[in-house]
Amino acid sequence: MGLHAWLTLAALVFAIGLFGVLTRRNAVGILLGIELMLNAVNINLVAFARFNGDLAGMVFTLFTIAITVAEVAVGLAIVIVIFRVRRTVEADRLDLLRG
Amino acid sequence: MTAATVGFWVVAAALVASSLAVVLTPNLFHAVLYLAAALVATGVAFLLLDAPFLFGVQLLLYAGGVVTIVVFAIMLTERLVGERITQASRWAVNGALVAGAVFVAVVGFLLQAPRRPVSAAPAGDTTAALGRALVGPYALTLELLGVLLIVALLGALYFARAED
Repeated sequence: MGLHAWLTLAALVFAIGLFGVLTRRNAVGILLGIELMLNAVNINLVAFARFNGDLAGMVFTLFTIAITVAEVAVGLAIVIVIFRVRRTVEADRLDLLRG
Repeated sequence: MTAATVGFWVVAAALVASSLAVVLTPNLFHAVLYLAAALVATGVAFLLLDAPFLFGVQLLLYAGGVVTIVVFAIMLTERLVGERITQASRWAVNGALVAGAVFVAVVGFLLQAPRRPVSAAPAGDTTAALGRALVGPYALTLELLGVLLIVALLGALYFARAED
């Protein structure tokens, strides 16, 4: 399979993740959608690295994986703190900053 | 059909099915389990793309680490709230419209993009070449990544510390 097939697959997974981010009410559910989108980007990077014969894409994938892990750790810590303060993790009800 | 083609379609089917399950299942805990399946499918995709080291990293960090943290967070919030986190989706039609528009736009761009001739696959063992690249041209970035992980760890600890 060529580069275009992999890129199409990644675009599909990205769109599915975007759907999850837009429709989930729970903050943890939104984080899961973001995970899917980042995952799709990783597929893109590795596919470009493979079909262009250039290792840079794989190096970038390593970096994005590590950064995503850090992002998830901080994001979930924030979710837990929000839960302690507001007793909910429903994104619609976290409107403290609404003007 | 060659083995690579069959592998692509199997991985694609597994990945799309588990991704759809992640965003559509009402039970958040089940969504995390489907996310683990999607992450493993992505790891197999890396394997098909001649990146066995990334397959290992994907399994260890993503499917092992991230899923564990998310399950932990769900358990914690579920226990505190005292009720099961089942959740309905909102704006499903609008979300599907936006996501579908993004997908169509990307694929439309792909279809009109010129098809470049495929270069040869990275020669030999990509794991060894990856290791040399990480401590060679990308050494500074690797160090910065270590700093970022320390900062994220401290930040998460600070947020999650016990109340005074």
